[in-house]
Amino acid sequence: MAKLDNVLYGHLWRPFASLMVIVLLLPLFVKSSYILTVLILIGIYSLISIGLSLLLGYAGQISLGHAAFFGIGAYVSGVLTAKYAGSPWIAMVIGIVFTWLVSYVIGMAILRLKGHFLALATMAINIIFFILILGLDEFTGGASGLVGIPSLSLFQLNLGNPLYFYFFVWFIVFVIILFSMNIIRSNIGRLLRSIHDSEIATETLGVNVAKYKVIIFSLSAVYASLAGSLYAHFISFIAPPSFYITFSILLLVMVMVGGVHSIWGAVLGTAIIMFLNEWIRYIGQTYFHISGQVEIVVYGLIIILVMMFMPKGLVDILERLWKKIKSVQIKGAEKRKMTTEKGA
Amino acid sequence: MANLLEVKQLTKKFGGITAVDRIDFSLEEGEVVAVIGPNGAGKTTLFNMISCFIPPTSGEVIYKGERLTGRKIFELAHLGISRTFQNLQIFNNMTVLENVMMGVHVKLKTNVFSAGFRLPTVKKNEEIAYQLALDVLEMVELKDFMYKKAGNLSYGLQKQLEFARAIVYHPQLILLDEPMAGLNDAETNRMAGYIKELKKKGCSFLFVEHKMATVMELADRIIVMDFGKKIAEGTPHEIARNEKVISAYLGEEAF
Ligand SMILES: Nc1ncnc2c1ncn2[C@@H]1O[C@H](COP(=O)(O)OP(=O)(O)OP(=O)(O)O)[C@@H](O)[C@H]1O
Ligand SMILES: [Mg+2]
Repeated sequence: MAKLDNVLYGHLWRPFASLMVIVLLLPLFVKSSYILTVLILIGIYSLISIGLSLLLGYAGQISLGHAAFFGIGAYVSGVLTAKYAGSPWIAMVIGIVFTWLVSYVIGMAILRLKGHFLALATMAINIIFFILILGLDEFTGGASGLVGIPSLSLFQLNLGNPLYFYFFVWFIVFVIILFSMNIIRSNIGRLLRSIHDSEIATETLGVNVAKYKVIIFSLSAVYASLAGSLYAHFISFIAPPSFYITFSILLLVMVMVGGVHSIWGAVLGTAIIMFLNEWIRYIGQTYFHISGQVEIVVYGLIIILVMMFMPKGLVDILERLWKKIKSVQIKGAEKRKMTTEKGA
Repeated sequence: MANLLEVKQLTKKFGGITAVDRIDFSLEEGEVVAVIGPNGAGKTTLFNMISCFIPPTSGEVIYKGERLTGRKIFELAHLGISRTFQNLQIFNNMTVLENVMMGVHVKLKTNVFSAGFRLPTVKKNEEIAYQLALDVLEMVELKDFMYKKAGNLSYGLQKQLEFARAIVYHPQLILLDEPMAGLNDAETNRMAGYIKELKKKGCSFLFVEHKMATVMELADRIIVMDFGKKIAEGTPHEIARNEKVISAYLGEEAF
């Protein structure tokens, strides 16, 4: 029975180990601190997109407001450490607990809504949060932002060093991937997928569907809050525009490009969009002399294209390609076997 | 014997029409009761009220002496009540095995945290679910298909799968809305066999069915509905000779 997991869900360790090797080796090839920064941000944003993949791909609920939970983490950490000189680790935990409570209450209220209505409600949450951080300028610094957030240190290790911070962030990403994979590879994951296929039948089998939707919503919010804390300590300066709806949309694009039904897809999508983002900014500035929000136009286009041509995302396409290669290999092997048998 | 289920003056009005009109009946432990009636008689509506999918306009349902009406849908499985649907509700994108394992949910104690940290209980729960699912798949002869996507099965096998998912956690009362609809003769006989087998083990059934031969064979008691009203109730023998039933519904050709 030891392999029951693998029988039901396929292998976990193969993709896990592959990603780990990539993450460990990348710094050897990356010499520019700029690229390292992008890689760190990919790690931080992956935390959020993994949560969104659980929420959207598994529980089937949309959110256009996760930038707000990202913001709660960032501002709780930022304010408590920069203004009140609190311990960053305790601040991070406070951020997580606070986000859990807030998202649970919000979730209970809005997750009864479906489709467009849920999307609108989550957008409204995002807008309210944005207005709140602008308004509470005594604590948050308002529109001018919050400066002087200290970098993290772990035991004697100064995580202000980008390379150390890179490994630290990706270590957390792996922990979160493992935690999320464990959920997916249990009857919880099964019931989340079954909600997708038939909510009515799932309910009939004794599942309190509403409760699970709220739990997954809160869990994804907590991931975002954790990401927000890490972001604040990394960037050391936070301002409201980073936590607006445009960022929520960007997160959604990341998950959709990678493939909503896969944790790996979330990470892949995040990486692709982040590099695309930098590339667009570069092209825009050097060739067209635009330095505004060109990205948002491109995201809109990407969403439409993804919906039309690869609704299951890149991971699905890669999986199918992999299967094709494998079946060609098997056929080739069979052919060789047949010809040798004939020859004998 | 004790009454497992009591339906009292159950009524449902949709705007002007009364889909179910003051229905009274009861079901004893271990009994198989059939509900028959022409299309639109209100059978599914009756089922939906018993299984708490829709609230009745008036009347109530009692299960094991306690009021069932007003409960949440998901609570019923925890009380030992299962149901299937007239318009099949299986999980198309999941394997046959996973579909049936979903049926074990009420027996499992995994929550998001124990799952996330992969506590020992999770593995134990998975094994329980797997074992129970395997037993049932063997019983309904679906074991050969267990790794197939449920959506790719034939209609007959999908019906069998939905049935398997409903019985896997050993419920006491099973509500089946047209379990044989769309099945060929062989499949119908097989399904009837499963119901008999479970009855021997003490399960009670309430089922809606149009195939009269099967109803006569399986039911201990039959309730006949027409235009929302109960027009007759009795053993298959009594129903077959009931003048009212014959003229209102069955016609001569049914026997
Ligand atoms: N949600 C609803 N709103 C309005 N009318 C409804 C609704 N559900 C059922 N009805 C009506 O109630 C009556 C009973 O329908 P019901 O589905 O219970 O019949 P049935 O006996 O199950 O028929 P069948 O044998 O065709 O399945 C029908 O006239 C139907 O049109
Ligand atoms: Mg019906």
